[in-house]
Amino acid sequence: MKSQIRVLPSIPTSALPIPNSPMPLTVAIIGNPNTGKSTLFNALTGLQARVGNFPGVTVEKKIGRIKGTVELIDLVDLPGTYSLSPRSLDEMVSVNVLLGRHTDVDKVDAVVCILDASNLERNFYLACQVLDLGLPTVIVLNMFDVATTRGAKIDIPALSRKLGVQVVATSAHRKEGLDALKAAIAAAVPNGPGPRPRPFPEAFYAECHQLASKLAELGCSDAPSFLVERALLDVGGYLETEWLAGSDVADRWKTALIESRGRLKDAGCRVPSVEAKARYAWAKHTLADVATTPATRAETLSDRVDRVLTHRFAGLLIFAVLMVVVFQAIFSWAQPLMDLCGAGQSAVSGFVASLIPPGTLRSLLTDGVVAGVGGVLVFLPQIGMLFFFIALLEDCGYLARAAFLMDKVMSNFGLNGKSFVPLMTSHACAIPGIMATRVIEDRHARLSTILVAPLMSCSARLPVYTLFISLFVSDAPLLGLRGARQGLTLFAMYGLGIVAAALVAAVLRKTIFHGETPPFVMELPAYKWPSPWIVVSRVWDRMMAFVTRAGTLIFAAAIVVWAGSFFPGDHSLEFERQRFVELAEATNSDPLKHRAMLEESLGKLNERMATLAPNAESERAELQQKLSTTGGGLADLNAELKPLDDARAEVNHLRASLVEQSFLGRLGHWIEPVVKPLGWDWKIGVGTLLSFPARELVVTNLGIIYGLGQDVDESNQQLWSAIREAKWPDGRPVYGVPVALSIMVFFSLCAQCAATLMTIRRETNSWRWPLVTFTYMTLLAYFAALVTYQVAIRLA
Amino acid sequence: MPQTLDQLPDGQVATILDVQGDDAVAVRLLEMGLTDGELIRSLGAAPLGDPLEFEVRGYRLSLRILEARRVLISDLIRRGG
Repeated sequence: MKSQIRVLPSIPTSALPIPNSPMPLTVAIIGNPNTGKSTLFNALTGLQARVGNFPGVTVEKKIGRIKGTVELIDLVDLPGTYSLSPRSLDEMVSVNVLLGRHTDVDKVDAVVCILDASNLERNFYLACQVLDLGLPTVIVLNMFDVATTRGAKIDIPALSRKLGVQVVATSAHRKEGLDALKAAIAAAVPNGPGPRPRPFPEAFYAECHQLASKLAELGCSDAPSFLVERALLDVGGYLETEWLAGSDVADRWKTALIESRGRLKDAGCRVPSVEAKARYAWAKHTLADVATTPATRAETLSDRVDRVLTHRFAGLLIFAVLMVVVFQAIFSWAQPLMDLCGAGQSAVSGFVASLIPPGTLRSLLTDGVVAGVGGVLVFLPQIGMLFFFIALLEDCGYLARAAFLMDKVMSNFGLNGKSFVPLMTSHACAIPGIMATRVIEDRHARLSTILVAPLMSCSARLPVYTLFISLFVSDAPLLGLRGARQGLTLFAMYGLGIVAAALVAAVLRKTIFHGETPPFVMELPAYKWPSPWIVVSRVWDRMMAFVTRAGTLIFAAAIVVWAGSFFPGDHSLEFERQRFVELAEATNSDPLKHRAMLEESLGKLNERMATLAPNAESERAELQQKLSTTGGGLADLNAELKPLDDARAEVNHLRASLVEQSFLGRLGHWIEPVVKPLGWDWKIGVGTLLSFPARELVVTNLGIIYGLGQDVDESNQQLWSAIREAKWPDGRPVYGVPVALSIMVFFSLCAQCAATLMTIRRETNSWRWPLVTFTYMTLLAYFAALVTYQVAIRLA
Repeated sequence: MPQTLDQLPDGQVATILDVQGDDAVAVRLLEMGLTDGELIRSLGAAPLGDPLEFEVRGYRLSLRILEARRVLISDLIRRGG
């Protein structure tokens, strides 16, 4: 991976493309964050980008064909940045793409530099660096309408003459100026590059010249001048540390750089401050007679809004309310859609089952394929919901304020203010939370956030908590509150995740992510009305990225786990009995319905009986009468349906023993000595192994293992009694409060969620981070459960 | 003794004298336009006391106190308008 990005100069960088060549032109798009770059990209390419990753780095690669031009033009989206000074491999990607040194992308023919028209001076810093690349360039003044409303006057033709490149005004959120921009992009290549700004004093260029000769001496004879300048300017940057790294001339290269910088300092050009001084001076000079902003800035509506939203009390209160709404949306409002996914999955499974007789193929299709697809689609409502709010808050300018408000809290753990929203929303589901970490520019803070996000108790933990809390935590009143003990236990489980995340983040900061505290320097953009189009395209973008990239991996994991619990084993008897069950169900549909009805009314009668006042003698007698007739009817039906019930029980029993014999079942037996110190028997161990695709499956899997079939949920009475009655071979009960606590603690901290791990794989573009996450979380969960059990058993 | 940016009172303007150091923090501050001679206005702190908000080169910037301490400002402080 590294070799193709390490910038040893061997690729010629001159050679302009031949106009009218059949090959599509490649145009890169770059700009500061918050300049509407992605909006412009989406508007130009019409939401049909190919999304992937640059190899070896976390940088997302987005390429789209520009719509509505005669020439074929591919647009490459580069990450938003304030500067082209690479400090890491991630930041080097943009530089390599722009210089035509990235093997993964065609050589860039032209570059489009997006600037915020209402903040030209700061944005011109990056523009100056981009023009220094010597590529055909189009300068885009985006958000031009906002700048005009604020009283800015920009003479575009004059600016264009001064810079020697085309300058186009756009308002991307209103889709204004897009045609002019397309025309300018098409004309940029034939026009050729503009003049380089050369903002530095001559002493600097002389030093660069010397450094280039030095490089030639060291074996790099055709280093682009841009890289030589960057190497000199970026103290401790990527080019200083990685260029020529590992070769025997590395030390001489570093010495040469230090000597050059020393001479520059003596000449009055101290590195690194010389760059900012020179480029900002150039920006001021260039903008001097062509752009004027009002001298005294009137207080805008944005300023007044900001005063409230960052107010000591009102600001925090509004923030809290907003976060509750966002959380509620993901946690509850997405639920009906998720239930719909679940219902759709059962409907499709049922349909498949009606077409295909019981057998391996049906099992693969219903338990593997349909379950796998369902396991991907079920996340879309939450992802859509979260990104709807994030896009909304980001586009109106609030997301930066949210980070501003929360930075103090998060910085204690080596994270920053931008980690708050991803971590908070991970309490609903870690997947959208992890996807939302893209806003965190600092790589270490982003990885820390990704690594601890799965520790937050997501909604998939609830079935596990509910099952064991209802079974083993008393609902006897505590301080007069009924169910208070149960509530406190649930609260403790959520607290455990947060405390663990804070500790892990702090440890990561001291170990694998050690080093200087990364700067948290952030622009606070002016507030504006969000554009519906931007919000919709953002939501669409993220959902597609999830389905196409993480979805395939999640699906694959579901198939692998299906196979692991199906093979080896002779299922012929199970299938034969299942055929009988289905036949009997079809012929006995009326008695089955009747029985369900009787069971329901029996339950209601019993309920009424229980709540009857002690002196209501006549009613009691009447109820007794009804109970005995219903009970009698039920007994008759039960006798009639006995062959069917027996066959069902047999199928469930066969399934349980086949799972036990499967690869994963054997593995579960094999690891029993490992889980025994947690108070677990092999059945809990197998249930846990089988829950790798998603931790909530442990409830269903326990149902299968206890021979109750696969339609068991956390409130199933049969599962409750199976758990209460489970015994060790020596007759001691398996479950008790200590075991219940150790299971809950384990599932609170473990990484039993293939979808999360695959999302981490996608977001970090490496198997390393999902592996690290899985390993540390499993170890953490194991030892926490061990301590919980061992302490609880001694206290009990 | 020059003051540092974190000491600039709410609503007041000062001239930037220098950014100390040559590490990533210093470079980022310079890139964001905090070069010597520029005027900078304090807009106050976040509700929890950190980070701080400033106006420089016509836009708003949030800096942690630790980062603002790197920026030397002139003694001469005048009321911002």
